[in-house]
Formats: sequence, structure tokens, C-alpha cells
Amino acid sequence: MTIKQLSIFVENKPGRLSDVTATLKKCNINIRAITTADSSDFGILRLIVDDTDKAIECLKADEYLVKITNVVAVTAEDKPGGMASIMKTLYEANISVEYMYSAFLNPSDVTACLILRADNNENAIEALVDAGYKLLSADEMAKF
Amino acid sequence: MAAEKIYWNKEIETMGRDKMKALQSERLVKQVKHVWDNVPYYRHLMEEKGVCPDDIKSIDDLHKLPFISKADLRDNYPDGLLAVPKSECVRIHATSGTTGKRAIAFYTQKDLDIWDDCVARAITAAGGTKDDVVHIAYGYGLFTGGLGIHGGSHKVGCLTLPVSSGNTERQIQFMQDLKSTILCCTPSYAAYIGETLHEMGLTPDDIDLKAGIFGAEPWTEEMRQEIEKSLGIKAYDIYGLTETSGPGVAFECEAQTGMHINEDNFIAEIIDPETGEVLPEGSKGELVFTSITKEAFPLLRYRTRDICILTREKCPCGRTLVKMCKPMGRSDDMLIIKGVNVFPSQIETVLLKDFNATPNYQIVVDRVGNADTFEIKVELSDEMFGDTVKSISELEKKLSADIVQILGIKAKISLVEPKTIPRSEGKAVRVIDKRKLV
Ligand SMILES: [Zn+2]
Repeated sequence: MTIKQLSIFVENKPGRLSDVTATLKKCNINIRAITTADSSDFGILRLIVDDTDKAIECLKADEYLVKITNVVAVTAEDKPGGMASIMKTLYEANISVEYMYSAFLNPSDVTACLILRADNNENAIEALVDAGYKLLSADEMAKF
Repeated sequence: MAAEKIYWNKEIETMGRDKMKALQSERLVKQVKHVWDNVPYYRHLMEEKGVCPDDIKSIDDLHKLPFISKADLRDNYPDGLLAVPKSECVRIHATSGTTGKRAIAFYTQKDLDIWDDCVARAITAAGGTKDDVVHIAYGYGLFTGGLGIHGGSHKVGCLTLPVSSGNTERQIQFMQDLKSTILCCTPSYAAYIGETLHEMGLTPDDIDLKAGIFGAEPWTEEMRQEIEKSLGIKAYDIYGLTETSGPGVAFECEAQTGMHINEDNFIAEIIDPETGEVLPEGSKGELVFTSITKEAFPLLRYRTRDICILTREKCPCGRTLVKMCKPMGRSDDMLIIKGVNVFPSQIETVLLKDFNATPNYQIVVDRVGNADTFEIKVELSDEMFGDTVKSISELEKKLSADIVQILGIKAKISLVEPKTIPRSEGKAVRVIDKRKLV
């Protein structure tokens, strides 16, 4: 079970992050997770949103370069070692993580959610599910 | 009667407008027949446009003719546009450029005579007579600068010093020993000679220079003032293209407010570079030349890519020849960056190879201190965008390496967001050259 992540190319210049988020606000898109990856000249803004299709439409209308990447959303216990055990599980399954970041915290049932992109998502999912981790679906992320 | 001769060819240089038009018309009609009969490529271009020599009765019909561009010249390398048997040619010159990208211009003896005559007008306008010592520090060789000025200097009867460029201290020594009075070279080299003179502890009083004729690259009014001061001379601009002959297509008079075009040999037009439409006098646009006396390598409506303004305002020097301003930049085509010739088409080739498509791009050239800066902005497209910083950085590196390989110089590659490169009438503006501030 993967979920869709939006990657947006942004030049490193003042106001760009503000512009992107303004576009999302304009279309009433709720951001569920967000991170940036930087070089000195540009960055990639990665997002999980509640309505991916609508977000793409809005962003493209405002001339953003958007790409969809499948990622895995895995929940973990919010306690020391929670992260370590996920990493250990993946490492033992010989899976490397290309990047990861955390989703917004949820006050109710789930305590922490990690978004990750593995070199092989299918194998990562299998390893995580076998180890008893709960993965989130797009719908769950949206409500989350 | 003034004792001093101020025109080389008074009749032509001060000819009335109607008479000049008639002369141009007569020569144009003849030239069109010449290329139609002798250059299959021109015939093909004209047939494509649905014109034949009978449609060209005077200069008023010039606009009916097709344009020819640098690309046509390159496609016809080396001698596809030659209009006379090779045995009639006595010389070639060539534009600089990477192998296979050169355009070769052929000359008959008559072509050289006319060219010399044009340069003689320029030297005379700069105050040169047979009593002068003309110091030529332009490069000699395929480049038209050295030999072009050389021929004109001979024609005027000046003592001609074919010094060529380089070894600046020796140049100054020569100037002192042989009492050079007119210096001919690129304006940047003239500025350098001026600096060197002062570094050697000398002043303009230690040399006999009175004038300089500088061309082959863009220069500003500020640069003129600097050169005039450092060498103690009056600095004149000269314009020319290898494709049309070389220096001497247009030259500056003592008014120093633009260059008189040798209209008896070259018809000038200003067109809209986007639409190709001829613009009214005084408009800013792309300069187009038709060489109406060239035998070996005639050009009909050659697009120079130089952005320019033509004016027929009365000139204090008395010449009636139309004047062109200093070129205000090039709409595209060749750039000289860090001394290297760069064609946007070469960059396009690299982009096409690396991306399987030609993305929107823009070349930005500037000068910081004395060094050129060279940046290529490329609009990232869907296909190029790879979600990881690493994949995009790799793309940047590959592009950077390929540019160095093709051009021989390094460019800063900037990947930018879609639609951020400014458009002009729907097309991205390919070249921003901030160095050319006229
Ligand atoms: Zn004049």
C-alpha cells in the first residue's frame, strides 16, 4: 500500500515556498506532511496532501513543475526506539531508504507517522507489514 | 577650394538621394540576375518565394527577395554560394568559428578593389592621407581585419605597417620608431595599448598617433573617451562583416555620431527580427545588407542579427550616405564569451542531446571587472524533473561537462522553474548580453 506524494521543483529564491503554499491554500488543499530537499540553487518540496488530484491541477495551473512519487506511510509508536526498530526492519530486509520525513502529529489514535521512499517500495511494504507495522492508506492520510 | 581632401570619393560620398537610388537600383537588378544565373541555391530560395529576376525592377522591389542567414552560409560551406568560377577568385577570408561552422567569403580582384576603396573612404574620413603611417594591429589571416585595412591603407598611399596583434611593448616601440599616426585594431586592444603605454612610463606626447580606426567588436562611448584620452587621439568606429566583405561596410566621420554606410555597394534595410517586415527609417531593428557590387560572393538581404537604427539626418561632414548607429546588440547568433565564439545553436545541440528535446533556455552574459560571466538558464520540464536533488544535480553536472566539451569554456548552469524565462512574442529571449551597453 503506497500513497501519492507530490514533488514540486522550486528555485532557491525568496518567496517561493510562500507562493506554493498560497496556491494550495487558494484551492483549499490541506497539507498532511511536508519536507524540502535542497541544493544551493534549487529545492524540491515534497508534500502529502488530502486531495492529490486537485492539488496537481491547481499547481499545474500556476505553472509549477509537479511530479508524483509513490511513498510508504508507516505508523510507529511515539517512544524511544520507535524509529530505530523501523530502520532495523528495513535494513535487515536489505532495503535502503532514499529519503524520509515525518507527517503531522495526530492527537488521537496514531502517535507518529513516517513517510519514506525506499529503493524498492514493494519490498519495504512487505518487510514492514511482516514486522507488524501499520501502513496508512491515502484516505487515512487525508483524514489523519 | 580647400586644399585638404576630406573625401576619398566625393561624387559617391556626397551624391544626392535620387541619384544614389538610381545607382543602387541599376546595380541591384544586375546583381539579382547574376545570382539567379550562377548560384543554384539563390535560385531555389527565390523560386520558393515565387520571385524571379524580372520582378526586381528597382530598389523598391528589394523587399520581394528572400532573406539569407548565417545558417544558409554554413549550410553552403565551403563554396555553395560562389557566383563565379573559382579560377576568377583571388582570395578568401572566413568568419571565425568552430570547424564546419565557418562561412567562407570569396573575392575576385574587382571585389578586393571595391573593398579597398571602401576602407580608403574610412581612412580618409579619419583624416588619413598619403603622408600618414598606418599601424595595423588587427590580426592578419583569415580574419578580414588585418588584410582589409591593409588594402585600404595601400590605396590611400599611406605607409602601411602590418604589425598584426600581440607583443604590445614592441608595438609601442614601433610606433615611436616609425612615427605611426593612425592606429587600426580592435577597441579592446587599443585600450590595452593605452594602458601599456602608461605602464611603460610614457604619455601620448611620446608617440605621434593622431587617430585610430577601431572595429570588429562592440564598444561603448565611454570606451571611446578612455581610448582617446589614453592615446591622445580621435577614435573612429568602423563596421563590417566578413560575409559582406570585411571592415569598411560603414565608417565614422569626424562627427562621430554613427557610421556612414557605403551605399553604392551595400543596400541597408532595418527589419523586424520576428516578422521580417521592413521597418520605416529611424526604427530600431535588425540590420540587413544586400551587396550589390560583389562578384564572387554576393549576398541578397543578409540578416546580420545586429540590432541597429538607420538615419538620414544631414551630417555636418557633408556626406549623404545613410548612417547606422553602433550595433545595440545581437538578436541572437554568435557571442564572444571569454574570447571564445559561442553560437546559441551549439548550446541547443547539447540540450537536445542531453534531454532529447530543446527546453527553453537563456544565455546570460555579463562582465564583472574584466572577466565575462556566462550562465545558461534552462527551464526544467516534466521529463527532466526527477524528484531527488541528486538526479537533478547529476543533470546539471552532465550539462555543464557537455558544454565545456563543446564550447571549450565553462558555463554556470541554472535550472529554473517552467515559464520563468521571459518571452517576447511567444518566444523565449535566448540571449541576454549585459556587456553591450550602448
Ligand atoms: Zn558624417
